[in-house]
Amino acid sequence: MSTITQDTPAAHDDHHDDHHGAPKGIMRWILTTNHKDIGTLYLWFSFIMFLTGGAMAMVIRAELFQPGLQLVEPNFFNQMTTVHGLVMVFGAVMPAFTGLANWLIPMMIGAPDMALPRMNNWSFWILPFAFTILLSSLFMEGGGPNFGWTFYAPLSTTYSPDSTALFVFSVHIMGISSIMGAINVVVTIVNMRAPGMTWMKLPLFVWTWLITAFLLIAVMPVLAGAVTMVLTDKYFATSFFDAAGGGDPVMFQHIFWFFGHPEVYIMILPSFGIISAIVPAFSRKPLFGYASMVYATASIAVLSFLVWAHHMFTTGMPVFAELFFMYCTMLIAVPTGVKVFNWVATMWRGSISFETPMLFAVAFIILFTIGGFSGLMLAITPADFQYHDTYFVVAHFHYVLVTGAIFSIMAAAYYWLPKWTGNMYSESLGRWHFWCSVISVNVLFFPMHFLGLAGMPRRIPDYAIQFADVNQIVSIGGFAFGLSQLIFLAVVIKCIRGGEKAPAKPWEGAEGLEWTIPSPAPYHSFTTPPEVK
Amino acid sequence: MSQPQSKSNRKLITMLLFGAVGMFGFGFALVPLYDVLCDTLGINGKTQSTASVYKPVTVDKNRTVTIEFVSQVQSDMPWEFKPQMNSMQVHPGELIRTHFVAKNLSANHIVGQAIPSVSPGQGAAYFNKTECFCFNQQVLAATATADLPLIFYVDPELPDSITTLTLSYTLYNITDKSYAGSVEQGAAR
Repeated sequence: MSTITQDTPAAHDDHHDDHHGAPKGIMRWILTTNHKDIGTLYLWFSFIMFLTGGAMAMVIRAELFQPGLQLVEPNFFNQMTTVHGLVMVFGAVMPAFTGLANWLIPMMIGAPDMALPRMNNWSFWILPFAFTILLSSLFMEGGGPNFGWTFYAPLSTTYSPDSTALFVFSVHIMGISSIMGAINVVVTIVNMRAPGMTWMKLPLFVWTWLITAFLLIAVMPVLAGAVTMVLTDKYFATSFFDAAGGGDPVMFQHIFWFFGHPEVYIMILPSFGIISAIVPAFSRKPLFGYASMVYATASIAVLSFLVWAHHMFTTGMPVFAELFFMYCTMLIAVPTGVKVFNWVATMWRGSISFETPMLFAVAFIILFTIGGFSGLMLAITPADFQYHDTYFVVAHFHYVLVTGAIFSIMAAAYYWLPKWTGNMYSESLGRWHFWCSVISVNVLFFPMHFLGLAGMPRRIPDYAIQFADVNQIVSIGGFAFGLSQLIFLAVVIKCIRGGEKAPAKPWEGAEGLEWTIPSPAPYHSFTTPPEVK
Repeated sequence: MSQPQSKSNRKLITMLLFGAVGMFGFGFALVPLYDVLCDTLGINGKTQSTASVYKPVTVDKNRTVTIEFVSQVQSDMPWEFKPQMNSMQVHPGELIRTHFVAKNLSANHIVGQAIPSVSPGQGAAYFNKTECFCFNQQVLAATATADLPLIFYVDPELPDSITTLTLSYTLYNITDKSYAGSVEQGAAR
């Protein structure tokens, strides 16, 4: 690790030779240490994974289009729900945020690159291997992971397929990648800010990512520990989660959710930063309540460690513990409410225009809040006994992850595409993408609330016939949402290949150092740090 | 990159790496921590795993507690496993002797391990076993039958709100995992 920071004379020369552009050929991408290249790699990887996980969602929705078993075996259906979750969480959302961090954090804080460029190359390039391992297990005898992305013991130990070791190793690699990425972000933000870029001047995307990075360093190792225990329980006769040997399967859930709950904030805090950049830009007003945004983010991060057992209300906890976790969970609504209030207050009396990034941002605020409210409903312990493991939960977390995290990533892509490519994207195609997505995503996920309240359990390939009509509507929404994302692919490719030339600052109300450098951002930027006043 | 910056980078990286490694350790530390917490808070319905010593206490003849026995066998284990009686009335402080009956239905010798659990969980700390077959592995030769003894008393300190204690045993087949499973049948009972 120490060699990475070593300043060899050769590297020194390279650094100051800022007139050369990008090297040519495939080796440029394999050997690159440039934060913009690595950001691009992360974003493309994330998009490929988004389509892969989306294809699995299409299999799930096709099977659920009608009651009864039509298209796939139940075991394959279980593999689809499991791998869809793993791919979307670890392959799509998290790498997209890391890609945005790579592209934007150095430009936002006036740094020439990330602090640890060679580690940066590593943390990206081990990811494709992790997902190759994970996805290849689907084609093996006995199939891939089929125990849900939460891999509860004993499903993942006693009853899991032979390929479970591959699942474990791929999660190890994903974890190492995330931890390296997080260390890089922390070191960059702490040590490489331009002169005058004080803590309370940092753009909120940088702040939220700094806090996210600390969460990653705190909980990804716990996940690594949990999968390691699953590995040894399954293959080496330990009994961490095996009651016969003195272990306890409920303990698995405690360890998993100690990771899992901060993990959901890892997937939403950077979104808060993105929305806090876009809403002021298109409202042409500074962000309302900057300092309260920072404190709210930090308090959400702290609280995220105190709420894990709200995923486990039905495991037979003492009433005292259920009340404790219920109240702590509800407490999170306070800082989150502060944020939503601040975004709305920023728009209040602003001169708003609705370009595609703003459309996605406004949709984020409304739909993420719906997801937050259903989260509050789930937090009510006695009510949770009814909602637990039903489609209501599925509706809840898809509202916060799809119309939350994914919509914010879309908004970010539209907002910064002109800076990345030097071309404006097609506004009309962008609007098509937005309206198709926002309508279909609600057709897809909103009726799931009713399915869940009516008692349809999640993770099943078949269901009672009274759920048939609503499932059909949901599936149609799902296919439409999946197809709508191809418009996004078209927009991005079209924007890379050409289009109206983008000025350095294409958005009238945009603020931040990244808009002071030309579009497209030169291969090396801020080699001499800017002065921040 | 200037020299002082690379030095402070290294310091920060070291700290963050220690943090990550420490959290990996913390994940494993959660295992004993979980047991200790369940023990001290008396939650989770776990009873003690070693024999307790019977302290002659005054038997509270005015109070009666219902003790229910429940037995389960791991689904693919070819044993029959039943309590001698399904429930009994006891006075707190009274030393009670009972037994479970186990029968190996298969043609192989099998090693079993019974895992106890008490419901309600808050009552687990007051259920004291001076002898229990669950403290040891149980080996049964093919088609053999055995009476598995249990001697216990209920602590008179048992909160008044608890009038019934349910003791549940789940029996697991640990033949593959145990030493006793690998020795000759002669070692079997």
